Amino acid sequence: MGIRVVITGYGIVSSIGMDAGEVLRSLLDGISGIGEITRFDTIHKGKLPLAEVRRSNAELLEHLGLKNKKKYSRTSLLGMAAARQAAEMAGIKPGQSLRTGLISANTVGGMDRTEDFYPLFLENQSKGRISEVATHDCGDSTEKIAEYLGVRDFITTISTACSSSANAVMLASEMIKAGLIDRVIAGGTDAVTRFTLNGFNTLMILDKTGCRPFDEERAGLTIGEGAAFLVLESEELAIREGREIIGLVSGYGNANDAYHQTASSPEGIGAGLAMAKALEMGCIEPAAVSYINVHGTGTQNNDLSEGIAVQKLFVDTVPPFSSTKSYTGHTLGAAGAIEAVISLLSVQNGCIFPNLRWATPMKELYIRPVTSLLRNIPVEHVLSNSFGFGGNNSSLLLSKYNSR
Amino acid sequence: MAYINGIGIISPQDTLPGSAFLEPVIEHTSEFMKSIEPVYKQYIDPIASRRLSRLIKMGISSAKMCMLDAGLEVPDAIITGTGLGSVEDTEKILGELTKEEKFLNPTPFIQSTYNTISSQIAINLKCHQYNSTYVHRCFSLESCLIDALLQIDEGSAQNVLTGGIDEMTLNHLTIIRRLGLWKPEAVSNLDLWSSPLPGALAGEGAAYFSISKERNEKTYASLSAVQTLYKPSSTEQTAEAVVRFVTEQGLRPEDVDLVMMGNNGNDEHDRICDEVMMKALPSASRMLYKHLCGEYHTVSGFALFVAANILRKQFIPSSLINIPSAPGKLETILIHNHFRDTDHSFILVRR
Repeated sequence: MGIRVVITGYGIVSSIGMDAGEVLRSLLDGISGIGEITRFDTIHKGKLPLAEVRRSNAELLEHLGLKNKKKYSRTSLLGMAAARQAAEMAGIKPGQSLRTGLISANTVGGMDRTEDFYPLFLENQSKGRISEVATHDCGDSTEKIAEYLGVRDFITTISTACSSSANAVMLASEMIKAGLIDRVIAGGTDAVTRFTLNGFNTLMILDKTGCRPFDEERAGLTIGEGAAFLVLESEELAIREGREIIGLVSGYGNANDAYHQTASSPEGIGAGLAMAKALEMGCIEPAAVSYINVHGTGTQNNDLSEGIAVQKLFVDTVPPFSSTKSYTGHTLGAAGAIEAVISLLSVQNGCIFPNLRWATPMKELYIRPVTSLLRNIPVEHVLSNSFGFGGNNSSLLLSKYNSR
Repeated sequence: MAYINGIGIISPQDTLPGSAFLEPVIEHTSEFMKSIEPVYKQYIDPIASRRLSRLIKMGISSAKMCMLDAGLEVPDAIITGTGLGSVEDTEKILGELTKEEKFLNPTPFIQSTYNTISSQIAINLKCHQYNSTYVHRCFSLESCLIDALLQIDEGSAQNVLTGGIDEMTLNHLTIIRRLGLWKPEAVSNLDLWSSPLPGALAGEGAAYFSISKERNEKTYASLSAVQTLYKPSSTEQTAEAVVRFVTEQGLRPEDVDLVMMGNNGNDEHDRICDEVMMKALPSASRMLYKHLCGEYHTVSGFALFVAANILRKQFIPSSLINIPSAPGKLETILIHNHFRDTDHSFILVRR
């Protein structure tokens, strides 16, 4: 058998909690983070909901022990908060001899600051604080997080729309298996911005009432913000270092729908391929999957396409499934990692979190999501789906750790 | 290790299919070095093309050129690197946002999403396999190459289509000029190394490569190894990393015949490039090339195109500058680049 990649730490910041403990509490209590827009001025205030992290940038800076507010985008601040938790849990400290990497993902980089800069700049090209665009690119937040944690040995940034951070976990696992790096902090971060809110609004896929994944009446997604990171290393290293092993990355699959830039294929080709690849790598029969944390954005298109792909792959052994985007909103570049952490919480706590705001089954599907909390059940293998615009589909298979 | 078996490149030089290798040199005297673009209908359905922005068209076309060059139809993986994605689309939305939030056209939003290039290539090639996009400054293309080599080594792909792409716009140039690292006004690219005005010249381009496990009659060169180095503490440390990188490939420092230098015309930037290579590989011939393509996040794509062609054709076009002189043999080339001395990258290409 080849090298197994294990998880030895995680961290999460989202609209339902500033750490894994708070997030678990919200998930158990059925408390959603979706609410009114407070982060910025917009004509959509009071009309469209968001799932915002309930901390201002000033509060996040203080939380992180940082002073220079000109240096950091909100994307960076959220990422630093989540990555610090992950590093602490796994005992990562600067100066250790292990080769440590950071692979982060996001979709709009420091757009939260660029959109403050741009109106002034357009009025007069010598105006606008230039420090506000220095954080524009996607790589900036990754370098800020690396600097904050003292990570030096490998860094990069992935952006594959809504599957971004699932791909960060995949690359990290591949690099560990190939022996290119000892351990990786992998995940993603994204802040809500007017850019994203208005962009999705032009596509007319934002639900005015908060997303209702897999419901017949669903009317779109709800944008959220947050960050999550996992610490990955080889099983052998984790044992040698005496780390507590939280879970196993037993499989992953990345496939492309190659159908349409913003719509999924009606048969869910890419989705089906990604899930099948993940199960194949993990040598797991579909029937052995305990839970699917579905992508479940709440758009007409995604839920139908994903639902059909799930039915096709699992046939009559469809495991319990739910979309926790009904709690966290769609956190875009962070979604894959946020949902990977939620999947681990499911494995660790033997529970499956419900799909909130669900009322009516979809006409086209025979499957229905879990709508009330399932407790005290063995959760061995979780499939976590992250599907994005551009047909970028990825699935992670996360499992309970068993020494072999 | 893998082989470069196909290349498709759109750059500020005439690098389109059928062109001679960097002859004649194209002079650019405008604000930035703009790409010499192909007739897009050769590669993209004209109806679809109307909705696509320039960067996306450059990406699809160069990817298709690459597949044609390699004689392949569908790759096993598509991986794109881009520092900034579609700047033009991003600016359109930001412009609209400053007026009022009532714009209705979703196209710029969709195209501003960084993964649009890779996914448009997948749609055009009907490729359902692995698809990813790296967006980390000067590590964007390098991360793609690292991922491509991993996929090939591990056996999950035989042929990987991977490339780097970035575009420049006048607004974006105005903004980055205020950061102080760029020439404050238009300078001919042919005067890049002699101009008294400080700073780099902005460029752009798209370069895709077909990277394969097997050598064949189309092989340009072998892609031996790729490494990134983040935040070295000194030029000594960077130089040590270069030597270690070369040694790990079973070579001695003196085996490197040619280094494609990261120099871009910015004095501080160039000083770092020179110091590192003088220390690490003092016997190698150093080549300047950025006067042909300008500076941008995925500029290593242009360098890799040059290196692969030099190794296959066994000659160096006169438009490239060799310091102190041209190398005696053309077997092993190292490409070095860096971004503000924070992100250094090394690509080793062999005959």
